[in-house]
Amino acid sequence: MSTNVIETRSLRRRFGEKLAVADLSITVGRGEVFGFLGPNGAGKTTSLKMLLGLIAPTSGAGTLLGRPIGDRAARAKVGFLPEHFRFQDWLTGRELLRFHGRLFGLSGRALEDKADALLTRVDLQDAAERQIKGYSKGMTQRIGLAQALLNEPEVVFLDEPTSGLDPLGRLLVRDLIRELRSLGTSVFLNSHLLGEVEATCDRVVFVKQGRVVHEMNLGAEPAGLEVELRVDGAPREVLAAHGTLLASANGSARLRVAQEAALPALAEALVRAGAKLYAMTPHKRSLEATFLEVMGEDQRPG
Amino acid sequence: MNALLTIFHLTLHEAARRRILAATLLGAAAFLLLFGIGFHFVSIHAAREAGPSVLRQRIMLNFLTLAGLYATHFLTLMTAVLLPVDTLSGEIATGVVQTVASKPVHRSSIVLGKWLAFSMVAVAYFAVVAGGVLLIARILGHFTPPGLALGLPLMALEAVVYVSLSIAGGARLATVTNGILVFGLYGIAFIGGWVEQVGAFSGNVPAQNVGTVASLLMPTEALWQRAAYCMQPAVMRDLHMTPFSPASLPSVLMVWWAVLYALLALYSGIQGFRKRAL
Repeated sequence: MSTNVIETRSLRRRFGEKLAVADLSITVGRGEVFGFLGPNGAGKTTSLKMLLGLIAPTSGAGTLLGRPIGDRAARAKVGFLPEHFRFQDWLTGRELLRFHGRLFGLSGRALEDKADALLTRVDLQDAAERQIKGYSKGMTQRIGLAQALLNEPEVVFLDEPTSGLDPLGRLLVRDLIRELRSLGTSVFLNSHLLGEVEATCDRVVFVKQGRVVHEMNLGAEPAGLEVELRVDGAPREVLAAHGTLLASANGSARLRVAQEAALPALAEALVRAGAKLYAMTPHKRSLEATFLEVMGEDQRPG
Repeated sequence: MNALLTIFHLTLHEAARRRILAATLLGAAAFLLLFGIGFHFVSIHAAREAGPSVLRQRIMLNFLTLAGLYATHFLTLMTAVLLPVDTLSGEIATGVVQTVASKPVHRSSIVLGKWLAFSMVAVAYFAVVAGGVLLIARILGHFTPPGLALGLPLMALEAVVYVSLSIAGGARLATVTNGILVFGLYGIAFIGGWVEQVGAFSGNVPAQNVGTVASLLMPTEALWQRAAYCMQPAVMRDLHMTPFSPASLPSVLMVWWAVLYALLALYSGIQGFRKRAL
């Protein structure tokens, strides 16, 4: 069995004159929570739809669970919550789960039990017999999450799953993602909420104009630390030997180091070089800072 | 097959839950009530006017029944077009279709399930309204038109043609564009049918040909004309005593063309939806 559940090579999609996805080459491992980041219009949703067979690529190729993208058998093991999570709102929550369960080939007691368990899991048991048109945005999103999990999927695609949720709803989604990871389910997460991504993803890629421009492994290595130093007489070469010097002025310096473990050695080297070290304040580099740096200054709100 | 039946069931459920069926049945009931009242007074008048002439009375009642069936034909086509006009385009526009099409189902099952359900609803609607018209004629006028077994299936086929066309358009076009296109085709069929009849009546071959081309573009009016021909006594249709007595009878080939036309429209809908970016 391949360790990758998703592999794409140079996927491209053009809509008339507009090139929505220029060249998408990614891999997602089994059991990995994968973040797919980019500004509006970067081609994230189009990419996700290509993987699900909702949009055919103009060129390129890819596999989902070892089968060509768009393959029906692979979709039997996939769950999907779309960005605008619109459902047949004249159905009740339970009826919606029954309908989608039947599309997955479930029926009878197994379907009823699964629907019950998921309604409880997403905290909608009380609203199960109400029509979805009466649901709040958060409730609609939660019933959408439940329909995405009916088939005990091997890969779950979540397109902005927390955008309409209150803090409790976000916590529920975060818990669900962790639960899926513990079950060995891969999660493909499209989100603008970088804090959420940082809290849940093992690895992220940054997409710009339909291309992957940066990749970060959030699980294995930190994104880097910035250190503010209040120091007199620090030799530049000592600072530069321990990291990337971002700025220096009389009595202060800003340095990027690879990891927190580098800090004691830096302090020791400065003292040994005769510098007077008054303060050393590390700042973990946020995903947001990386995002802004990777996207560049030319990026405008979408 | 399982997915097709699931979509079929959901579509019927939607029609019932969203009160679409209730609205169409209410409209049908209002039409039948009006028709019944009108028929009652006309049948009394016909009995008085015709006097002992049974033939004259039967001609009047047949004309009125055919007028009722003509209105049925019109109501059915409206229903058959409007019922499914946004079923695909609406679900594509709102994104509802995304969670359905990303399931392990053939896209053709989605189209076929909807087609089957809406065809059934449209034909059932036609059966209720036409049945009501015929029942009123039977009860109030003691009259039943001839050739019902030939005429009614042709009218039901009309409904299926419109459902197929409306679904085919919805796979490619926005709802409003689709509606305008299908009603535009109805307009072509309607005027083409009349041009053909006038051409046949006056021996104008080019006018007749225009009508034939219009029927090839949209064969539903030809189906109605053939149905109307079947459902009146020979004396009425041969003497062209009413607007429902065609001077040029659409051929059986045109009926087969209508069947093929519905299938082609359905096939086109399936292909359009299969390739559509969702």
